[in-house]
Amino acid sequence: MSGVWTAFIENEGWLRLRRHILLSVVPLAIALVIGVALGILSSRLGRAGRFVIGASAFIARMVPTFAVMALVMALRGVGFWPAVVGLVLLGVPTILLNTATGLDEADRHTIDAARGMGYTEGQLLRKIRLPLALPHIAAGLRTAAVLTIATAALAGLIGADGLGVTIDAGFATNQRDVLLAGAIPVTLLALAADLTLLALQYALTPVALRRRTLLTQQRSSS
Amino acid sequence: MPDIRWDWIARHTDDILNATVDHLLLVVISIGAAIAIAIPLAIVVHPTRLGRAVAASLTTAVYTIPSVALFAVLVAFVGIGRTPAIIGLAAYALVVLVRNTLTGLSEVSAPVLDAARGMGMSHGQLLRRVRLPLALPAILTGVRLATVETVAIATIAVFVAGGGLGEIIYTDGISRDLFLTPILAGTVMAVALALALDLILVTLLRMATRWQRAGSGR
Repeated sequence: MSGVWTAFIENEGWLRLRRHILLSVVPLAIALVIGVALGILSSRLGRAGRFVIGASAFIARMVPTFAVMALVMALRGVGFWPAVVGLVLLGVPTILLNTATGLDEADRHTIDAARGMGYTEGQLLRKIRLPLALPHIAAGLRTAAVLTIATAALAGLIGADGLGVTIDAGFATNQRDVLLAGAIPVTLLALAADLTLLALQYALTPVALRRRTLLTQQRSSS
Repeated sequence: MPDIRWDWIARHTDDILNATVDHLLLVVISIGAAIAIAIPLAIVVHPTRLGRAVAASLTTAVYTIPSVALFAVLVAFVGIGRTPAIIGLAAYALVVLVRNTLTGLSEVSAPVLDAARGMGMSHGQLLRRVRLPLALPAILTGVRLATVETVAIATIAVFVAGGGLGEIIYTDGISRDLFLTPILAGTVMAVALALALDLILVTLLRMATRWQRAGSGR
Protein backbone atom coordinates (compact mmCIF):
# COMPACT_ATOMS: atom_id res chain seq x y z
CA MET A 1 0.00 0.00 0.00
CA SER A 2 2.89 2.38 0.69
CA GLY A 3 3.96 1.83 -2.92
CA VAL A 4 0.60 3.16 -4.07
CA TRP A 5 0.99 6.26 -1.84
CA THR A 6 4.48 6.90 -3.21
CA ALA A 7 3.16 6.52 -6.76
CA PHE A 8 0.31 8.96 -5.94
CA ILE A 9 2.78 11.60 -4.73
CA GLU A 10 5.28 11.01 -7.53
CA ASN A 11 2.53 11.42 -10.13
CA GLU A 12 1.46 14.85 -8.84
CA GLY A 13 -1.51 13.21 -7.12
CA TRP A 14 -2.93 16.27 -5.35
CA LEU A 15 -2.72 18.48 -8.43
CA ARG A 16 -4.37 15.84 -10.61
CA LEU A 17 -7.04 15.28 -7.96
CA ARG A 18 -7.87 19.01 -7.98
CA ARG A 19 -8.00 19.05 -11.78
CA HIS A 20 -10.18 15.95 -11.71
CA ILE A 21 -12.63 17.67 -9.37
CA LEU A 22 -12.71 20.72 -11.66
CA LEU A 23 -13.25 18.49 -14.70
CA SER A 24 -16.22 16.90 -12.90
CA VAL A 25 -17.85 19.95 -11.28
CA VAL A 26 -17.93 22.17 -14.39
CA PRO A 27 -19.73 19.66 -16.68
CA LEU A 28 -22.08 18.68 -13.83
CA ALA A 29 -23.13 22.29 -13.27
CA ILE A 30 -23.77 22.76 -17.00
CA ALA A 31 -25.61 19.41 -17.25
CA LEU A 32 -27.78 20.37 -14.25
CA VAL A 33 -28.90 23.62 -15.91
CA ILE A 34 -29.55 22.00 -19.31
CA GLY A 35 -31.14 18.87 -17.82
CA VAL A 36 -33.56 20.74 -15.56
CA ALA A 37 -34.45 23.22 -18.32
CA LEU A 38 -35.17 20.41 -20.81
CA GLY A 39 -37.07 18.50 -18.12
CA ILE A 40 -39.34 21.49 -17.49
CA LEU A 41 -39.74 22.01 -21.24
CA SER A 42 -40.69 18.38 -21.77
CA SER A 43 -43.27 18.50 -18.97
CA ARG A 44 -44.95 21.48 -20.64
CA LEU A 45 -44.97 20.01 -24.13
CA GLY A 46 -47.58 17.66 -25.46
CA ARG A 47 -47.06 13.94 -25.97
CA ALA A 48 -45.14 14.40 -29.22
CA GLY A 49 -42.63 16.82 -27.72
CA ARG A 50 -42.21 14.62 -24.71
CA PHE A 51 -41.54 11.62 -26.93
CA VAL A 52 -38.91 13.51 -28.95
CA ILE A 53 -37.05 14.66 -25.82
CA GLY A 54 -37.28 11.23 -24.17
CA ALA A 55 -36.09 9.44 -27.30
CA SER A 56 -33.18 11.88 -27.74
CA ALA A 57 -32.13 11.29 -24.15
CA PHE A 58 -32.28 7.55 -24.74
CA ILE A 59 -30.15 7.76 -27.90
CA ALA A 60 -27.70 10.12 -26.17
CA ARG A 61 -27.13 7.38 -23.61
CA MET A 62 -26.06 5.02 -26.38
CA VAL A 63 -23.20 7.23 -27.55
CA PRO A 64 -19.99 6.27 -25.72
CA THR A 65 -18.77 9.36 -23.83
CA PHE A 66 -15.23 8.36 -24.57
CA ALA A 67 -16.01 8.59 -28.29
CA VAL A 68 -17.72 11.99 -27.92
CA MET A 69 -14.67 13.41 -26.16
CA ALA A 70 -12.42 12.00 -28.87
CA LEU A 71 -14.64 13.40 -31.63
CA VAL A 72 -14.65 16.89 -30.16
CA MET A 73 -10.89 16.71 -29.62
CA ALA A 74 -10.35 15.57 -33.23
CA LEU A 75 -12.35 18.57 -34.46
CA ARG A 76 -11.29 21.24 -31.95
CA GLY A 77 -8.02 20.05 -30.42
CA VAL A 78 -7.08 18.39 -27.13
CA GLY A 79 -7.93 20.01 -23.82
CA PHE A 80 -10.30 20.74 -20.97
CA TRP A 81 -13.40 21.91 -22.90
CA PRO A 82 -13.68 18.98 -25.33
CA ALA A 83 -13.70 16.70 -22.28
CA VAL A 84 -16.37 18.91 -20.69
CA VAL A 85 -18.58 18.61 -23.79
CA GLY A 86 -18.47 14.81 -23.60
CA LEU A 87 -19.22 14.81 -19.88
CA VAL A 88 -22.13 17.25 -20.25
CA LEU A 89 -23.67 14.92 -22.82
CA LEU A 90 -23.24 12.10 -20.32
CA GLY A 91 -24.92 13.95 -17.46
CA VAL A 92 -27.88 15.59 -19.21
CA PRO A 93 -30.04 12.50 -19.96
CA THR A 94 -30.05 11.25 -16.35
CA ILE A 95 -30.88 14.67 -14.88
CA LEU A 96 -33.46 15.33 -17.61
CA LEU A 97 -35.31 12.05 -17.11
CA ASN A 98 -35.34 12.44 -13.32
CA THR A 99 -36.60 16.03 -13.58
CA ALA A 100 -39.40 14.95 -15.92
CA THR A 101 -40.37 12.11 -13.57
CA GLY A 102 -40.31 14.46 -10.58
CA LEU A 103 -42.45 17.12 -12.26
CA ASP A 104 -45.12 14.51 -13.00
CA GLU A 105 -45.02 13.39 -9.38
CA ALA A 106 -47.52 15.94 -7.96
CA ASP A 107 -50.88 14.18 -7.84
CA ARG A 108 -53.96 15.38 -9.66
CA HIS A 109 -55.76 16.44 -6.47
CA THR A 110 -52.93 18.70 -5.36
CA ILE A 111 -52.83 20.31 -8.81
CA ASP A 112 -56.64 20.71 -8.84
CA ALA A 113 -56.60 22.30 -5.40
CA ALA A 114 -53.89 24.75 -6.49
CA ARG A 115 -55.78 25.62 -9.68
CA GLY A 116 -58.90 26.15 -7.57
CA MET A 117 -56.97 28.62 -5.45
CA GLY A 118 -56.25 30.57 -8.65
CA TYR A 119 -52.64 29.51 -9.30
CA THR A 120 -51.37 30.28 -12.77
CA GLU A 121 -49.38 27.62 -14.66
CA GLY A 122 -46.17 29.48 -13.77
CA GLN A 123 -47.03 29.56 -10.07
CA LEU A 124 -48.02 25.92 -10.21
CA LEU A 125 -44.57 25.09 -11.58
CA ARG A 126 -42.63 27.29 -9.14
CA LYS A 127 -44.60 26.61 -5.96
CA ILE A 128 -45.77 23.02 -6.38
CA ARG A 129 -44.23 20.98 -9.17
CA LEU A 130 -40.60 22.09 -8.76
CA PRO A 131 -40.48 21.74 -4.94
CA LEU A 132 -41.97 18.25 -5.25
CA ALA A 133 -39.48 17.43 -8.01
CA LEU A 134 -36.42 18.57 -6.03
CA PRO A 135 -35.66 15.19 -4.44
CA HIS A 136 -35.87 13.54 -7.87
CA ILE A 137 -33.59 16.16 -9.40
CA ALA A 138 -31.11 15.61 -6.55
CA ALA A 139 -31.27 11.86 -7.21
CA GLY A 140 -30.54 12.47 -10.89
CA LEU A 141 -27.65 14.76 -10.00
CA ARG A 142 -26.30 12.06 -7.71
CA THR A 143 -26.30 9.38 -10.41
CA ALA A 144 -24.87 11.86 -12.92
CA ALA A 145 -22.12 12.91 -10.48
CA VAL A 146 -20.89 9.34 -10.00
CA LEU A 147 -20.95 8.73 -13.76
CA THR A 148 -19.18 12.01 -14.48
CA ILE A 149 -16.38 11.55 -11.94
CA ALA A 150 -15.85 8.02 -13.18
CA THR A 151 -15.86 8.99 -16.83
CA ALA A 152 -13.66 12.06 -16.32
CA ALA A 153 -10.88 9.51 -15.77
CA LEU A 154 -11.24 8.54 -19.44
CA ALA A 155 -10.44 12.10 -20.46
CA GLY A 156 -7.02 11.61 -18.90
CA LEU A 157 -6.39 8.61 -21.12
CA ILE A 158 -6.93 10.58 -24.30
CA GLY A 159 -5.08 13.79 -23.60
CA ALA A 160 -6.94 15.86 -21.00
CA ASP A 161 -5.80 16.31 -17.39
CA GLY A 162 -6.90 14.66 -14.13
CA LEU A 163 -6.35 11.35 -12.38
CA GLY A 164 -6.84 9.50 -15.67
CA VAL A 165 -3.33 10.62 -16.58
CA THR A 166 -1.98 8.55 -13.69
CA ILE A 167 -4.05 5.54 -14.78
CA ASP A 168 -2.74 6.02 -18.32
CA ALA A 169 0.83 6.06 -17.03
CA GLY A 170 0.08 2.86 -15.12
CA PHE A 171 -1.21 1.15 -18.26
CA ALA A 172 1.74 2.40 -20.31
CA THR A 173 4.42 1.22 -17.87
CA ASN A 174 2.43 -1.77 -16.58
CA GLN A 175 2.99 -0.78 -12.94
CA ARG A 176 0.28 -1.93 -10.55
CA ASP A 177 1.03 0.75 -7.94
CA VAL A 178 0.71 3.56 -10.48
CA LEU A 179 -2.57 2.11 -11.81
CA LEU A 180 -3.97 1.97 -8.28
CA ALA A 181 -2.63 5.46 -7.44
CA GLY A 182 -4.98 6.72 -10.15
CA ALA A 183 -7.86 4.28 -9.72
CA ILE A 184 -8.27 4.42 -5.92
CA PRO A 185 -8.58 8.24 -5.60
CA VAL A 186 -11.14 8.32 -8.45
CA THR A 187 -13.21 5.67 -6.66
CA LEU A 188 -12.99 7.51 -3.33
CA LEU A 189 -14.00 10.74 -5.04
CA ALA A 190 -17.04 9.07 -6.64
CA LEU A 191 -18.00 7.51 -3.32
CA ALA A 192 -17.67 10.84 -1.48
CA ALA A 193 -19.83 12.58 -4.10
CA ASP A 194 -22.41 9.80 -3.89
CA LEU A 195 -22.72 10.08 -0.10
CA THR A 196 -22.75 13.90 -0.09
CA LEU A 197 -25.49 14.04 -2.71
CA LEU A 198 -27.45 11.29 -0.95
CA ALA A 199 -27.47 13.54 2.12
CA LEU A 200 -28.63 16.45 -0.07
CA GLN A 201 -31.35 14.29 -1.62
CA TYR A 202 -32.50 13.27 1.87
CA ALA A 203 -32.51 16.87 3.11
CA LEU A 204 -34.57 18.02 0.11
CA THR A 205 -37.19 15.31 0.60
CA PRO A 206 -40.21 16.38 2.70
CA VAL A 207 -40.16 14.45 5.99
CA ALA A 208 -43.42 12.60 5.30
CA LEU A 209 -42.15 11.34 1.95
CA ARG A 210 -38.65 10.27 3.01
CA ARG A 211 -39.12 6.52 3.19
CA ARG A 212 -41.23 6.30 0.08
CA THR A 213 -39.37 8.62 -2.30
CA LEU A 214 -35.89 7.44 -1.43
CA LEU A 215 -36.99 3.94 -2.38
CA THR A 216 -38.79 4.86 -5.58
CA GLN A 217 -36.02 7.15 -6.73
CA GLN A 218 -33.49 4.38 -6.70
CA ARG A 219 -35.67 2.74 -9.28
CA SER A 220 -36.21 5.77 -11.47
CA SER A 221 -32.51 6.57 -11.50
CA SER A 222 -31.69 3.15 -12.89
CA MET B 1 -18.67 17.08 -40.97
CA PRO B 2 -15.36 17.90 -42.57
CA ASP B 3 -12.56 15.56 -43.53
CA ILE B 4 -14.21 12.17 -43.49
CA ARG B 5 -11.84 9.87 -45.33
CA TRP B 6 -14.25 7.52 -47.09
CA ASP B 7 -11.28 5.77 -48.71
CA TRP B 8 -10.01 4.81 -45.23
CA ILE B 9 -13.38 3.27 -44.41
CA ALA B 10 -13.41 1.41 -47.73
CA ARG B 11 -9.97 -0.03 -47.05
CA HIS B 12 -10.81 -1.02 -43.46
CA THR B 13 -14.33 -2.37 -43.84
CA ASP B 14 -13.19 -5.83 -42.71
CA ASP B 15 -11.43 -4.42 -39.63
CA ILE B 16 -14.50 -2.42 -38.66
CA LEU B 17 -16.81 -5.43 -39.08
CA ASN B 18 -14.46 -7.72 -37.14
CA ALA B 19 -14.26 -5.19 -34.32
CA THR B 20 -18.05 -4.93 -34.30
CA VAL B 21 -18.42 -8.71 -34.02
CA ASP B 22 -15.79 -8.70 -31.24
CA HIS B 23 -17.73 -5.95 -29.50
CA LEU B 24 -20.97 -7.91 -29.79
CA LEU B 25 -19.25 -10.96 -28.29
CA LEU B 26 -17.93 -8.93 -25.35
CA VAL B 27 -21.42 -7.58 -24.67
CA VAL B 28 -23.26 -10.89 -25.09
CA ILE B 29 -20.82 -12.86 -22.90
CA SER B 30 -20.81 -10.20 -20.15
CA ILE B 31 -24.60 -9.80 -20.13
CA GLY B 32 -25.03 -13.58 -20.20
CA ALA B 33 -22.72 -13.98 -17.22
CA ALA B 34 -24.45 -11.13 -15.39
CA ILE B 35 -27.89 -12.69 -15.97
CA ALA B 36 -26.63 -16.08 -14.79
CA ILE B 37 -25.45 -14.48 -11.53
CA ALA B 38 -28.13 -11.82 -10.98
CA ILE B 39 -31.29 -13.91 -11.26
CA PRO B 40 -30.29 -16.73 -8.87
CA LEU B 41 -28.85 -14.11 -6.49
CA ALA B 42 -32.09 -12.13 -6.51
CA ILE B 43 -34.15 -15.30 -6.00
CA VAL B 44 -32.02 -16.29 -2.99
CA VAL B 45 -32.03 -12.90 -1.28
CA HIS B 46 -35.50 -11.56 -2.10
CA PRO B 47 -37.47 -13.28 0.74
CA THR B 48 -35.65 -11.36 3.49
CA ARG B 49 -35.42 -7.61 3.98
CA LEU B 50 -31.79 -7.90 5.09
CA GLY B 51 -30.87 -9.94 2.03
CA ARG B 52 -32.46 -7.39 -0.29
CA ALA B 53 -30.69 -4.49 1.43
CA VAL B 54 -27.28 -6.21 1.30
CA ALA B 55 -27.62 -7.21 -2.36
CA ALA B 56 -28.80 -3.73 -3.36
CA SER B 57 -26.04 -1.87 -1.54
CA LEU B 58 -23.26 -4.23 -2.69
CA THR B 59 -24.24 -3.91 -6.33
CA THR B 60 -24.63 -0.13 -5.97
CA ALA B 61 -21.13 0.04 -4.48
CA VAL B 62 -19.80 -1.55 -7.68
CA TYR B 63 -21.48 1.27 -9.59
CA THR B 64 -19.47 3.98 -7.84
CA ILE B 65 -16.21 2.39 -9.02
CA PRO B 66 -15.23 4.16 -12.26
CA SER B 67 -15.09 1.73 -15.17
CA VAL B 68 -11.51 2.63 -16.10
CA ALA B 69 -10.51 2.25 -12.45
CA LEU B 70 -12.26 -1.12 -12.20
CA PHE B 71 -10.55 -2.31 -15.38
CA ALA B 72 -7.22 -1.04 -14.06
CA VAL B 73 -7.63 -2.88 -10.77
CA LEU B 74 -8.72 -6.06 -12.57
CA VAL B 75 -5.65 -5.87 -14.82
CA ALA B 76 -3.54 -5.68 -11.69
CA PHE B 77 -4.95 -9.08 -10.68
CA VAL B 78 -5.90 -11.07 -13.80
CA GLY B 79 -3.66 -9.47 -16.43
CA ILE B 80 -4.76 -7.89 -19.72
CA GLY B 81 -7.07 -9.28 -22.41
CA ARG B 82 -10.71 -10.28 -22.65
CA THR B 83 -10.91 -11.57 -19.05
CA PRO B 84 -10.72 -8.24 -17.18
CA ALA B 85 -13.02 -6.66 -19.79
CA ILE B 86 -15.71 -9.32 -19.35
CA ILE B 87 -15.47 -9.34 -15.54
CA GLY B 88 -15.73 -5.53 -15.43
CA LEU B 89 -18.63 -5.30 -17.87
CA ALA B 90 -20.52 -8.10 -16.11
CA ALA B 91 -20.05 -6.36 -12.74
CA TYR B 92 -21.69 -3.19 -14.09
CA ALA B 93 -24.55 -5.07 -15.73
CA LEU B 94 -25.13 -6.87 -12.44
CA VAL B 95 -26.17 -3.62 -10.73
CA VAL B 96 -29.18 -2.96 -12.93
CA LEU B 97 -30.11 -6.64 -13.27
CA VAL B 98 -30.18 -7.41 -9.54
CA ARG B 99 -32.15 -4.25 -8.84
CA ASN B 100 -34.75 -4.92 -11.53
CA THR B 101 -35.13 -8.62 -10.72
CA LEU B 102 -35.70 -7.77 -7.05
CA THR B 103 -38.27 -5.14 -8.02
CA GLY B 104 -40.04 -7.59 -10.32
CA LEU B 105 -40.13 -10.39 -7.74
CA SER B 106 -41.43 -8.13 -4.98
CA GLU B 107 -44.15 -6.54 -7.11
CA VAL B 108 -46.26 -9.69 -7.43
CA SER B 109 -49.47 -8.79 -5.59
CA ALA B 110 -50.49 -10.53 -2.38
CA PRO B 111 -53.92 -11.72 -3.66
CA VAL B 112 -52.22 -13.46 -6.60
CA LEU B 113 -49.80 -15.22 -4.24
CA ASP B 114 -52.66 -16.18 -1.91
CA ALA B 115 -54.63 -17.62 -4.80
CA ALA B 116 -51.63 -19.67 -5.93
CA ARG B 117 -51.06 -20.97 -2.39
CA GLY B 118 -54.76 -21.76 -2.12
CA MET B 119 -54.41 -23.90 -5.25
CA GLY B 120 -51.84 -25.91 -3.32
CA MET B 121 -48.69 -24.67 -5.04
CA SER B 122 -45.44 -25.44 -3.26
CA HIS B 123 -42.79 -22.78 -2.69
CA GLY B 124 -40.86 -23.91 -5.77
CA GLN B 125 -43.97 -24.00 -7.97
CA LEU B 126 -44.91 -20.53 -6.76
CA LEU B 127 -41.52 -19.25 -7.84
CA ARG B 128 -41.46 -21.03 -11.21
CA ARG B 129 -45.08 -20.57 -12.23
CA VAL B 130 -46.08 -17.28 -10.63
CA ARG B 131 -43.29 -15.04 -9.38
CA LEU B 132 -40.77 -15.48 -12.20
CA PRO B 133 -43.27 -15.19 -15.08
CA LEU B 134 -44.76 -12.08 -13.50
CA ALA B 135 -41.28 -10.63 -12.90
CA LEU B 136 -40.21 -11.29 -16.50
CA PRO B 137 -41.09 -7.81 -17.85
CA ALA B 138 -39.07 -6.12 -15.08
CA ILE B 139 -36.16 -8.50 -15.66
CA LEU B 140 -36.19 -7.90 -19.43
CA THR B 141 -36.33 -4.13 -18.86
CA GLY B 142 -33.21 -4.56 -16.71
CA VAL B 143 -31.54 -6.55 -19.49
CA ARG B 144 -32.39 -3.74 -21.92
CA LEU B 145 -30.86 -1.00 -19.77
CA ALA B 146 -27.82 -3.12 -18.96
CA THR B 147 -27.23 -4.00 -22.62
CA VAL B 148 -27.33 -0.40 -23.88
CA GLU B 149 -24.99 0.63 -21.08
CA THR B 150 -22.60 -2.28 -21.71
CA VAL B 151 -22.31 -1.55 -25.44
CA ALA B 152 -21.10 1.97 -24.55
CA ILE B 153 -18.76 0.94 -21.73
CA ALA B 154 -17.27 -1.91 -23.80
CA THR B 155 -15.52 0.69 -25.99
CA ILE B 156 -13.14 1.12 -23.04
CA ALA B 157 -12.07 -2.54 -23.18
CA VAL B 158 -9.34 -1.43 -25.60
CA PHE B 159 -7.34 -0.08 -22.64
CA VAL B 160 -6.99 -3.59 -21.24
CA ALA B 161 -6.45 -5.12 -24.71
CA GLY B 162 -9.96 -6.55 -24.61
CA GLY B 163 -10.74 -5.82 -28.28
CA GLY B 164 -14.00 -4.49 -29.70
CA LEU B 165 -14.86 -1.16 -31.31
CA GLY B 166 -12.52 0.64 -28.93
CA GLU B 167 -9.73 -0.73 -31.15
CA ILE B 168 -11.07 1.30 -34.08
CA ILE B 169 -11.81 4.41 -31.99
CA TYR B 170 -8.62 4.39 -29.93
CA THR B 171 -5.90 2.42 -31.73
CA ASP B 172 -6.78 3.58 -35.25
CA GLY B 173 -8.14 7.00 -34.32
CA ILE B 174 -7.09 8.64 -31.07
CA SER B 175 -3.54 7.31 -30.91
CA ARG B 176 -2.92 8.29 -34.55
CA ASP B 177 -3.02 11.97 -33.78
CA LEU B 178 -6.82 12.04 -33.28
CA PHE B 179 -7.60 10.77 -36.77
CA LEU B 180 -11.30 11.63 -37.12
CA THR B 181 -12.55 8.97 -39.55
CA PRO B 182 -11.99 5.85 -37.40
CA ILE B 183 -13.27 7.64 -34.28
CA LEU B 184 -16.48 8.48 -36.12
CA ALA B 185 -16.79 5.03 -37.72
CA GLY B 186 -16.36 3.26 -34.37
CA THR B 187 -18.87 5.57 -32.67
CA VAL B 188 -21.48 5.07 -35.37
CA MET B 189 -21.06 1.28 -35.18
CA ALA B 190 -21.37 1.34 -31.37
CA VAL B 191 -24.62 3.34 -31.52
CA ALA B 192 -25.95 1.11 -34.32
CA LEU B 193 -25.13 -2.00 -32.28
CA ALA B 194 -26.87 -0.56 -29.20
CA LEU B 195 -29.95 0.32 -31.27
CA ALA B 196 -30.07 -3.11 -32.90
CA LEU B 197 -29.74 -4.99 -29.60
CA ASP B 198 -32.33 -2.72 -27.99
CA LEU B 199 -34.77 -3.37 -30.86
CA ILE B 200 -34.38 -7.13 -30.37
CA LEU B 201 -34.93 -6.80 -26.62
CA VAL B 202 -37.99 -4.55 -27.03
CA THR B 203 -39.47 -7.17 -29.35
CA LEU B 204 -38.80 -9.88 -26.75
CA LEU B 205 -40.31 -7.68 -24.05
CA ARG B 206 -43.47 -7.15 -26.11
CA MET B 207 -43.77 -10.87 -26.72
CA ALA B 208 -43.29 -11.59 -23.02
CA THR B 209 -45.99 -9.12 -22.00
CA ARG B 210 -48.57 -9.95 -24.69
CA TRP B 211 -50.80 -11.63 -22.11
CA GLN B 212 -50.85 -8.40 -20.07
CA ARG B 213 -52.20 -6.28 -22.91
CA ALA B 214 -54.65 -9.00 -23.99
CA GLY B 215 -56.02 -9.45 -20.46
CA SER B 216 -56.62 -5.80 -19.65
CA GLY B 217 -57.98 -5.00 -23.10
CA ARG B 218 -55.39 -2.30 -23.71
